[in-house]
Amino acid sequence: MKLEEFREKQKERAASEEELRQALEREFQVIGRRLRRTDGLSKSTGRTTYTDDIVLPGMLHGKILRSPHPHARIRAIDTARALALDGVQAVITGSDMPVPYGILPWTRDEHALCVDKVRYVGDAVAAVAAVDEETANRALELIEVDYEVLPHHLDPSEALAHPETPIHEPHKAGDNGNISKHVHLDFGDVDRLMEGSDVVVEGEYFFEGTTHTAIEPHCAIGYSDASGKLTVWSATQVPHYLHRELARVLDLDVARVRVIQPAIGAAFGGKSEPFDLEFCVAKLSMVTGRPVKILYTREEVFYAHRGRHPMLMRYRTGADRSGCIRAVDASTIMDGGAYSSFGLVTTYYSGQLVTMPYAMESYRFDSTRVYTNKPCCGPKRGHGSVQPRFAIEVQLDCLAEALDMDPIELRRINSLGSGTRSVNEFRVTSNGFLECLEAVEAASNWKEKYRRLPYGRGVGVAGSCYISGTNYPIYPNEMPQSTVQLQVDRSGRVTVFCGASEIGQGSDSALAYIVAEELGVPLDYVRVLSADTDLTPVDLGAYSSRLTFMCGNACIDAARQIKKQVRQAVAEAWDCGPKQVALAGGWAFNVRDTAQRVPISEAFNLAEARFGTLGAVGWYNTPKDIHGDYRGGTIGASPAYSFTAHVVELEVDPETGFVDVKKIWIAHDCGRALNPVLVEGQMEGSAYMGFAEAILEQHIFKDGGLHNAPSLLDYKIPTSLDTPELKSLIVESVDPEGPYGAKEAGEGPLHPSIPAIANAVYDAVGVRLDRLPFTPPRVWAAIWAREVQEEAGKLAPWKREPRETAGRAAGG
Amino acid sequence: MIDIVELTVNGDRHRLGVPSHYTLLETLRYILGYTGSKQGCDKGDCGACTVLVDGVPTLSCILPVQEAAGRDVTTVEGLAGPDGPHALQDAFDVCGAAQCGFCTPGVLISATGLLRQTDSPTRDEIRTALSGNLCRCTGYTKIYEAVELAARAIREGRKPAELVQR
Repeated sequence: MKLEEFREKQKERAASEEELRQALEREFQVIGRRLRRTDGLSKSTGRTTYTDDIVLPGMLHGKILRSPHPHARIRAIDTARALALDGVQAVITGSDMPVPYGILPWTRDEHALCVDKVRYVGDAVAAVAAVDEETANRALELIEVDYEVLPHHLDPSEALAHPETPIHEPHKAGDNGNISKHVHLDFGDVDRLMEGSDVVVEGEYFFEGTTHTAIEPHCAIGYSDASGKLTVWSATQVPHYLHRELARVLDLDVARVRVIQPAIGAAFGGKSEPFDLEFCVAKLSMVTGRPVKILYTREEVFYAHRGRHPMLMRYRTGADRSGCIRAVDASTIMDGGAYSSFGLVTTYYSGQLVTMPYAMESYRFDSTRVYTNKPCCGPKRGHGSVQPRFAIEVQLDCLAEALDMDPIELRRINSLGSGTRSVNEFRVTSNGFLECLEAVEAASNWKEKYRRLPYGRGVGVAGSCYISGTNYPIYPNEMPQSTVQLQVDRSGRVTVFCGASEIGQGSDSALAYIVAEELGVPLDYVRVLSADTDLTPVDLGAYSSRLTFMCGNACIDAARQIKKQVRQAVAEAWDCGPKQVALAGGWAFNVRDTAQRVPISEAFNLAEARFGTLGAVGWYNTPKDIHGDYRGGTIGASPAYSFTAHVVELEVDPETGFVDVKKIWIAHDCGRALNPVLVEGQMEGSAYMGFAEAILEQHIFKDGGLHNAPSLLDYKIPTSLDTPELKSLIVESVDPEGPYGAKEAGEGPLHPSIPAIANAVYDAVGVRLDRLPFTPPRVWAAIWAREVQEEAGKLAPWKREPRETAGRAAGG
Repeated sequence: MIDIVELTVNGDRHRLGVPSHYTLLETLRYILGYTGSKQGCDKGDCGACTVLVDGVPTLSCILPVQEAAGRDVTTVEGLAGPDGPHALQDAFDVCGAAQCGFCTPGVLISATGLLRQTDSPTRDEIRTALSGNLCRCTGYTKIYEAVELAARAIREGRKPAELVQR
């Protein structure tokens, strides 16, 4: 294309003068609009490259041999026959990578391949690289492992009771090696305030465990090149942490390791720490000098897990006559599986993240994470706090019932508010929880429905809060949490380099919107290159809902430096003040006379001539004075918190116990929606996932440690026919520290799903469900138990005439 | 064992030597390089591998390649034409119906199959047509909106983006 043509085309794309005048009246040009994603068309035309789509010349296929025993000592491994098989290029075992790893530097208790013991069915024992997948699979069958089978524990209470058969060696002599982490924190005088409460409710709740089930299985490719430099492509959501751990375990210079995260078929926390396959492809490539790929089977994904911890939670909550919460006392046993993973953090989160959005006078929690011989649990969307949120929000419903209050009203009067601190001393800036409650109350027509729908039909409410990024990195350091680099081309094209992981949530798009907003370039002039440790400055990764807030702020920081230079250069050319120069709609123009304007590329050229190469780095780090200074006070602290409320309407079939969730209204305070389409997508995806955990999903194990249902047919994630109608209601509280006021939206909106459903079941049929998921047998049994009590005259019939239940107990 | 298989993919006729045990998905991904169709489970549970075989949405990960011999196969790469993306592909972008994008190729193929049956599908018809495609990101809401938008755009001979408020 000739330059003149190009200029013409560029002008066509740029806004007209009228549009520029309108632009002056808007607060934002790009932010807040329902725009396309940067990667949408590439994905919908099937052109996006995921890790398994990459094929390198001479690439070998790797496979991992896994333990058939839940707990056993490895006496010996004989790999000779496997190595002798035609087409096999390498076989490695634990002794090839003896350095332990772990996502948290304090709890490195895993090996890429087991060294002395296996701790769950599926633990990695050896790996092979061969010319094709079939040969690799045949080679696995030829590896002989001599196991000494050990006693195993599948139940945490059993593991706690048997320290004489430890899954891990105790840290100190005399400690129970089956305890992974114990946290006890007290805030205020719980015992006295509980004693003085007008009403106290008490309950025991059990969350059975669920897994992420991203549709893309984990996949990694390693290539150690002729110079010894190692590149690993991986479906990871934490390239920076993987980068560090690969170098450590393989004893390589970090500067000679490169991690690239290709497009990823979702993660939900299930790809947020190093996995055996990443170390294995690297080591196998170092041994063979050829690229090696490993793709997990779906069954391996279920065993890799790191999903939601099963939790047994005992809660007591006390309130005064007006409904104000005086004391909450929580005690939780967590089933951690075979290793630590993020468990230290999960243990804190199980208590630290349930204190909001409510003001409570006192609070105590005691959480114990226990090792068992099952796949390791870790972070799943809403890390550590979805389970206790179920408990506390059902407790609040019980309180409202006991006080004869509307449960929305109860939540309203206990709302913590903005510009304050929670009982565990977290600083709260913006808080739109009351607006969330109002939004779901109005949209669902709550007042007409609550306790007024016929028997079998009900509504329930729940609230929650979540972090916009964790305040501290996983390894202690003072460096920025997120960094962004901008490079400006003379054509007007701007490239954003950032270590952040686009995992489907739209972080690349958010960066592009920010650049387009600040520099006035058309959206398709912005390229985002993310998550490549050789090319992009560090961001810590896609976890704890940190990217919009942290990366967004870093990107604004970088873009505004360039903006300042461009405005100054143009102002000098026009002989006006820089404040008179606006950048929007593909133009630099004079705000007092929009006819005076140049295409943005020319404005960039003026700036480049004036200041030299245009480019900038921006960064964000968290404030450090926003939490208590007690031990553990940093965990759960965040620069800003999002707030959510759900109302659920559902129908329960009392004859079968089947719960049919009809609709979920989701109101979420995301601070400001950078793009409402993306925010709604996160809200709907979250509510869907929470609904599934409430009704369908069971990540459970058979005797001997085998997964009950390691397939996408048997592990029931909802199809389009199972999923209820989802209605998103965005609330914008405009956070003082978020980018344009934005907070997180990716995880928070999941939390109320489960308790809102539980509370709606109570409204429908008068039974409290305290064990997840709410399967037909459990619901039916609860209804039956209530009816027996109704017939015995111990309970009044629920929302119906007594005669309707007649004969139930006798007839059964 | 290698079989010689003739099949048409996205309009191109191919004569291929294929390992006898290969599925259609393996043939598309490993031999022809059509990586748009995805492997999510490799056993017919998730729908990410769905392609059109003679116009019918079919799970390519459990279809032996010999079964596709002599037939017309359309993958997600075959939906777009010289004039740009298919209305469904464009509508998915406009509506934010693809998040991670991994299930998207299969969902688009199932939706294409539906729009061949009817030009104005109801919400229930869409839900039914897509019930074999698991999506873990969206909660399906934006996908329904995209299919409805695409259907309307096709009916009215317009671009999906022209029909929505920005």
